[in-house]
Amino acid sequence: MFRPNAASGVPIYLQLMEQVKHAIETGALRAGDQLPGIRPLAEELVINPNTVAKAYRELEHDGVIELRHGAGAFVTGAAREKKLTDRLRAGQAIVAAAVDKLRARGVTEAEIRRLVEAELTRLTVKGDQRG
Amino acid sequence: MADGFVIETADLRKTYDGIDALRGLTVSVPTGSIYGFLGRTGAGKTTTIKILLGMARPTAGRASVFGLPAHSPTASVDIRRRTGFVGDEKGLYDAMTVRGMIRHTASFYPQWSRELEEQYLRRFDLGAERGIKTLSRGMRTKLALLLALCRGADLLVLDEPTTGLDPAATEDVLQALVGHAADHGTTVFFSSHQLTDVEQIADHVAIIDRGRTAVTGALDDLRQNYRRIQLVFDGDAPAYTFQVKGVERVKRSGRVMTVLSSAGIDGVLGEARQLNPVSTDSAPVTLKDIFLDTVAVED
Repeated sequence: MFRPNAASGVPIYLQLMEQVKHAIETGALRAGDQLPGIRPLAEELVINPNTVAKAYRELEHDGVIELRHGAGAFVTGAAREKKLTDRLRAGQAIVAAAVDKLRARGVTEAEIRRLVEAELTRLTVKGDQRG
Repeated sequence: MADGFVIETADLRKTYDGIDALRGLTVSVPTGSIYGFLGRTGAGKTTTIKILLGMARPTAGRASVFGLPAHSPTASVDIRRRTGFVGDEKGLYDAMTVRGMIRHTASFYPQWSRELEEQYLRRFDLGAERGIKTLSRGMRTKLALLLALCRGADLLVLDEPTTGLDPAATEDVLQALVGHAADHGTTVFFSSHQLTDVEQIADHVAIIDRGRTAVTGALDDLRQNYRRIQLVFDGDAPAYTFQVKGVERVKRSGRVMTVLSSAGIDGVLGEARQLNPVSTDSAPVTLKDIFLDTVAVED
């Protein structure tokens, strides 16, 4: 399922992390599924065991997997999608409140859309100058 | 082990008959790492290994293994007892059988593991009753590796272990090393001029060039920090010396300037802005690129 490319300039632990996340997104790995142990995976892919351990530690830090001592690594309760939907739901509430307030002040739908676009553009320009 | 490093050298120098084999080599090999020691043939890899194992004395500088001074004959006995070594010669006796060679070697090591011995005999498909002189090059390497792995060593030192092996035998050897390191936490120090082997299994590397350390570090850090930045100009690329840290190499060709940075892109791009390039672009670089750009091509 995983196949990092040692010859690419991207660190192998990052490739492995992305491949685990991708496997979760595509449903190849689901919540509660066990990932291969560090040793068997290192041996199967012929990569450094410390690299596998690092990828697993980082994935645990990101909340994607859970390391149960002695038992191995398990995919957590679909942490990624859940966080995303939670964030969007909270954002939607903020936008709804702002739109209601603007409408109450007589700002039209088209004008609201323009205001949002302009605000986003302003953010992008600022980001460019910073970078 | 001092500071978590199994092997440490500082400004190591070695002169043979007026020829400088080592001209200031500094490496630190972290405990538990798989350390790739990269360099072209004649860069000083074997000389370094000989000094570490007490087979040659440094002209100047310091080398220690397990915190013990490598140049001291008494310390060297201890170092070699705790180290599995696979050299170019492999140290095999042609008159013996595989089994005979194994029993002979095992008699020197009280911590010898019969269990691992059986495991690697099967895994490498060596054939215990075969005569050593009938073994192929790949088989000889595998037997030498078995002898190094079964003695319960804390450190494995391998001098060009995959040279001359076909891809399948190379994969067998690398896989055994990775598995062994994972099971036993053994530190592996291996020299190679095969970039692909090093890229695949090492977590730390040193690139050495003509007896000196050119690049050292964690391989992932190198992958993360080395970038090639391309600047395109309206006219010919200006002759310019960067002040920012981490600029390893600058090449100019017509309207294009290519900068190899070991410290990411921000510093270089920031400084390059005053040169008014019409476009900038950056890309990660492979270990091969780093190797070719830091090791002198001309002799």
